Amino acid sequence: MEAQAAPAVTFRGVGKRFAEWVLRGVDLALPAGRTSALVGPSGCGKTTALQLVNGVYRADEGEVLVLGAPVPQTNVEAFRRGIGYAVQGAGLFPHLTVAQNASLPARLEGWSAAAMVERRRELFAVVGLGAELDDRYPHQISGGQQQRASLCRALMLRPRMLLLDEPFSAIDPITRMDLYRQFEELRDHERVTTVLVTHDMREAMRLADHLVVMGDGGIVQAGAPDDVRAAPATAFVRALLASAA
Amino acid sequence: MRGGAWLAAAFGCAVAAAPAAANGDPVVVGSKNFRESYILGEALTRLLRGEGFDARHTQGLGGTKVCYDALVAGAIDVYVEYTGTIAEGIKNIDNPTWARLTVALAPDGLEMLPSFGFNNTYALAVSNAVASERGIAKISDLASHPDLRFAVSHEFLDRGDGWPGLRAKYGLPQSPDGIEHSLAYRAIADGAIDGTDAYSTDGELLRYPLTVLEDDLGYFPTYMAVPLVRVDLPPAARAALTRVAATLDDERMRAMNAAAPDDAAVVRVAQEYVARIGGAPGDAVAAGATPRLWARLGANTTRHLVLVLSALAPATIAAVLLAVFIFRVAWLARGAVYVAGLLQTLPSIALLALLIPLFGIGTTPAVIALFLYALLPILRNAVTALAGVDPTLRRVATAMGLKPTEELRLVFVPLAMPAILAGVRTAAVITIGTATLAAFIGAGGLGDPIVTGLSLNDTALILEGAIPAALLAVATELVFEQVERALVPGHLRLHNV
Repeated sequence: MEAQAAPAVTFRGVGKRFAEWVLRGVDLALPAGRTSALVGPSGCGKTTALQLVNGVYRADEGEVLVLGAPVPQTNVEAFRRGIGYAVQGAGLFPHLTVAQNASLPARLEGWSAAAMVERRRELFAVVGLGAELDDRYPHQISGGQQQRASLCRALMLRPRMLLLDEPFSAIDPITRMDLYRQFEELRDHERVTTVLVTHDMREAMRLADHLVVMGDGGIVQAGAPDDVRAAPATAFVRALLASAA
Repeated sequence: MRGGAWLAAAFGCAVAAAPAAANGDPVVVGSKNFRESYILGEALTRLLRGEGFDARHTQGLGGTKVCYDALVAGAIDVYVEYTGTIAEGIKNIDNPTWARLTVALAPDGLEMLPSFGFNNTYALAVSNAVASERGIAKISDLASHPDLRFAVSHEFLDRGDGWPGLRAKYGLPQSPDGIEHSLAYRAIADGAIDGTDAYSTDGELLRYPLTVLEDDLGYFPTYMAVPLVRVDLPPAARAALTRVAATLDDERMRAMNAAAPDDAAVVRVAQEYVARIGGAPGDAVAAGATPRLWARLGANTTRHLVLVLSALAPATIAAVLLAVFIFRVAWLARGAVYVAGLLQTLPSIALLALLIPLFGIGTTPAVIALFLYALLPILRNAVTALAGVDPTLRRVATAMGLKPTEELRLVFVPLAMPAILAGVRTAAVITIGTATLAAFIGAGGLGDPIVTGLSLNDTALILEGAIPAALLAVATELVFEQVERALVPGHLRLHNV
């Protein structure tokens, strides 16, 4: 089932070049209110595509629209604060406690201490992080706990969109299953449009409503997971599906 | 006797002061860091005070260049120089005559007043034992004893009228090491070396078993001691200083040097001399010195701390700010660290000497030099640590919507803080050590007793500066441990050894 609402993210003929072209001629529409997965091998440009969405990178060609508007040129920080972001390895700041890490976006926005605590408690409760972890430093909690705290940090400001760059990759397989579930609870609780970058087809099939298979700087196939599974467009997609079987 | 001297002083004062009523003017007397210069500088200071001038003795300046530049810059008004040094060391004049020297000094706004009357020329001295064993009496005898071990003062080793010229003139085969002059006599007494350069008025020539070798080819020029003054010196001060004319000869100066083994004796000898030439000897307190050990320790330590902090605080701010602005641009960061490293390699005395024409002597150039030395460790640590912040964390910070200033304040600086603190700590300890050299340009501090102690070969005085300096360094380490405890969470602290 594809979403019928206006797309959350639209790429029109997008190209991005560093030393050479990483993306070229990419057209893309990611549905609002759903979880999309950009899946493909490393070097296919999926992480670059993700950072075109929050304006960390700028497209050299074409146009990137987020919720119908181009990524702003000025005051891009305010724009970014409306988009949550979490990465592989959690990316918690080692000099801040778990609570300080999760609250940092709210602190930037000048929230009151009480509001910060309330919001953090709410999110921590959804993913099962106890208050006893608040004053610990990141290295004092497990990798899975770090990643949950990182997801809560990304959602602190109730963003319109959540960008995830391989957040589950550095986690052991058993913990990962728990994390998937906790992520889904969080996503459903927040009702946030999510874009997940992953190289793991199994993970993409498990979490996404919309699949975008990428390879070699472009899009190979996009659609609902069941549609992709039923009719893989190329041998490459078929091989990816086989890896998830 | 004493009363007579006071009477004479009062009389002299009345006569000299009559035309010029402005005798309250400050006059700064400089001296180099060796005994004779201390004594004569102290004497001139007392002579001027006796005439009602607000005279101050800035003693132990680090060598000819420091003194001369300070005089030209107006940081001091007079110091005792030697004609041979002016001719050879400063102005490069062959066959110097009084008239030639006067002409050469005029463009610098300086002039010589009539000489004290003694000639403190260079001499070579060997131990009596070596002299009698080998039958050495003249410098030319040295040519046939290449195995003799010489160590000479650094200035003598380098200057054209020192060892290089002497070796050429006499064909000397020895290649001497450099040594602090006051240590050379002890080295000879201990048998570590056989000979050294000496000044013909050195008191040590009387105290140690030394043979002064005859300059049989007449190599060494004349080194008549003169008050070297700025031409804008008040006439009354000039008049007072001319009273030293022809009051000493080599013999007398040598006896005065021999009679002044320590700081207190320097003052006493200067007093006796001033009294003898009819000036007011003043009280027994060295000009500008504090008599009691603890008070002196406190004053020197405080002064030292002020020097260190005045350099370290701005250096920390400057280096961290600079690091913050440049660390993202690799070539700029590398360039800045290279330049700071270059500053670090400048010998401190050379740097201090370079600063005199711009900033005179005293606190300002000392603090500037210390500031420049403190930059490197702080800058290097800060740049390295800021540039080394985990790229993932940088990406997260950007994606989270941190503004550049927030990124610095909340992410970069806290993460780099342990390394920045380590840099400041290193800089602090280096600065405490280097600040002792500030005494060479009259900035005071714990270097004062060290420099004076070295010049007078007075171990107690050296320790009076060295021990507090070492304790300060240790205290600094302890303070920084506490600062780090306050600013850096335990798991991020660097483990200093």
